[in-house]
Amino acid sequence: MENMVNIKINNMPLSVPQGATILEAARKAGIQIPTLCYLKDINQIGACRMCVVEVKGARSLVASCVYPVNEGMEVFTNTAKVIKSRKTTLELILSNHDKNCLSCLRNNKCELQKMCADLGIEDSHRFEGENPKFEKETSTLHLVRDNNKCILCRRCVAACDEQHVGVIGTNNRGFDTDIGCAFEKKLADVACVSCGQCTAVCPTAALTERDESHTVFEALSDPTKTVIVHTAPSIRATLGECFDMPIGTNVKGKMVAALRRLGFAKVFDTDFGADLTIMEEATEFIGRVQNGGVLPMITSCSPGWIKFCEHYYPDLIPNLSSCKSPQQMTGAIIKSYYAEKEGIDPKNIVAVSVMPCTAKKFEVKRDNQSGTDGIPDIDIAITTRELARMIKNAQIDFVNLPDEDFDPALGVSTGAAAIFGATGGVMEAALRTAADTLTGQDLKDIDYKEVRGTDNIKKAKYNIAGLEVKVAVTSGLKNAAKLLDEIRAGKADYQFVEIMCCPGGCVNGGGQPIQPASTKNFNDLKSLRAKALYDEDEAQTFRKSHQSPLIKKIYDEYLEKPGSHKAHKLLHTTYIARSKY
Amino acid sequence: MLKKISTIPFSGTSEQEQMLKEVIKKHIDDPGAIMPVLQEAQEIYGYLPYEVQVMVAEGLNKPLEEIYGVATFYSQFSLTPKGKYDISVCLGTACYVKGAGQIIDKITQIIGISADECTSDGKFSLNACRCIGACGLAPVMTINDDVYGRLEPSQIPEILAKYKD
Repeated sequence: MENMVNIKINNMPLSVPQGATILEAARKAGIQIPTLCYLKDINQIGACRMCVVEVKGARSLVASCVYPVNEGMEVFTNTAKVIKSRKTTLELILSNHDKNCLSCLRNNKCELQKMCADLGIEDSHRFEGENPKFEKETSTLHLVRDNNKCILCRRCVAACDEQHVGVIGTNNRGFDTDIGCAFEKKLADVACVSCGQCTAVCPTAALTERDESHTVFEALSDPTKTVIVHTAPSIRATLGECFDMPIGTNVKGKMVAALRRLGFAKVFDTDFGADLTIMEEATEFIGRVQNGGVLPMITSCSPGWIKFCEHYYPDLIPNLSSCKSPQQMTGAIIKSYYAEKEGIDPKNIVAVSVMPCTAKKFEVKRDNQSGTDGIPDIDIAITTRELARMIKNAQIDFVNLPDEDFDPALGVSTGAAAIFGATGGVMEAALRTAADTLTGQDLKDIDYKEVRGTDNIKKAKYNIAGLEVKVAVTSGLKNAAKLLDEIRAGKADYQFVEIMCCPGGCVNGGGQPIQPASTKNFNDLKSLRAKALYDEDEAQTFRKSHQSPLIKKIYDEYLEKPGSHKAHKLLHTTYIARSKY
Repeated sequence: MLKKISTIPFSGTSEQEQMLKEVIKKHIDDPGAIMPVLQEAQEIYGYLPYEVQVMVAEGLNKPLEEIYGVATFYSQFSLTPKGKYDISVCLGTACYVKGAGQIIDKITQIIGISADECTSDGKFSLNACRCIGACGLAPVMTINDDVYGRLEPSQIPEILAKYKD
């Protein structure tokens, strides 16, 4: 039983757990105190001063996001003094904010804009004066930083530190304060892993994904091109949020319908590529175990994780599976098997992938990501947010669309692939196939629940056909670093490790729909979104990758067998050590 | 003010590196170790160039950006080396109204560097300081331990010429 304390908020008596902040307590009373900098657990610095409240007996206004309640406390959240303070703070923030809201990527989705509307700002130009002017930072493939829109809330800095990367921070002081990299280097010149978590927490459009939606529209307008799209497992679980649907709604059918209406020639499913990944990866794993290969083998689906490994743990590169990610495998098959079958010159195919991830934009341009004659496997990777933007640009009535199915040529998949989008999903999918392969049976007990969920590091031991397999699963690079330090120090004897870059896996990827902090702080996005994927898995006829009729067909007709010469040429890749500084 | 970053090649010695390592070892378990380590690193090297900050980041197992953020926040830290002759021009109120701005401009014109910079030969560094308590002599500057007061811009070439090599 928690210890409770009795307080009053706006004269209403309330019993709240000891240790709660005033912000949390007020929420229980139905009052959402406004915040800009506060991100639960990762950015609790009381810097923005939007959350100030009056506490009886306190000398000045206090920051409710960090101020704990105590017995008998009397709090007032909307006195004239509080309201004046918040409005002044907001007007000061606006005084050096680029207020071109109508042409801003975050128009209508901006936390600062919403707060001005909610709090009733009277004069957005009250404090005019000299403003610092910043060049847009466009050095990377995955994001754009526009510090003219930055409000110095430091959420991005916290997100980057939480990822154990920490390449952005607050530089200089006072008027000159800005968010940037050490020694004012470009983001492309430091060890940024491209995860995009900073873009998912920015309250304004100071940090955005590099928007490539116009490039896709251009391709769609080119009559000489066959434009093919495929969508990652987690997109169906999140896209609906951009259209105000409840978090965790599976919108697969509407998503496919929307993509057809945008004009894509074929709408394929990256889940197919995920099944293919499992075939190759499970085979690689069994091979490493049986032939004394480098163990533990670590999954390679997450390009942010791959880049992290290359920068910060280059000594563990031999542990990485050589499998390309499902995005790249799907692209490689589109431009080889599918192109040959349909008699299309792969040079005239534009393969577009819809991903939860900004690092996928980087992955597309990596070396050794071209299965067919130097033609890139994927041409354009867009995020969930960019797809939503395209659907809105095209004025497609998403919510009222009928449900449609993927094009079957590369649109059939299994439950194993569906769960790729959540932490533990790749491991579980691989174990399902590896266990059947090693036992030669169609095992019925296929729920590896120990590797599911959002615990930081999940460890489990399985006995498969007399072989003891120790596995570990983690997501979020801070957790990954802990696990990797263990492996590096020789303190761990896992054979198989799954690492996803973003906390909770792809459902919480850096390219996913942005939920405001007021939602994020009080809802478990990761679990709500992941549930949609596990429900999809449960509902599938085939729940093991090797049982997919499409997978069987492609190996029979084209790839021969997992790990074959042809499979290696198309579906495997290499990595390089990168510098940390 | 934005910190100037030195472009002069780093010339730290192995003795200095050894001293820095000792400093890091001494503070590694302290909470907030960055401040004392940077202070002592600046004593060792005279400034905090990229190479030194990387050593501090590695030694304390902190991101380089965090080190840089601290180094650029506090005015006590410099990212440019001190020259053999360190010129400080007082820009305090009294000196300022007596024309210290013109003094610093004249120096810049002659030796080709702005405040917080060092000449590429390492001979002169220039910085703008706040009141040094000699307001009666305004405008004032110091070159190492020498104090010059009641300055006129026309005197500057002659004064600088005294500092050879």
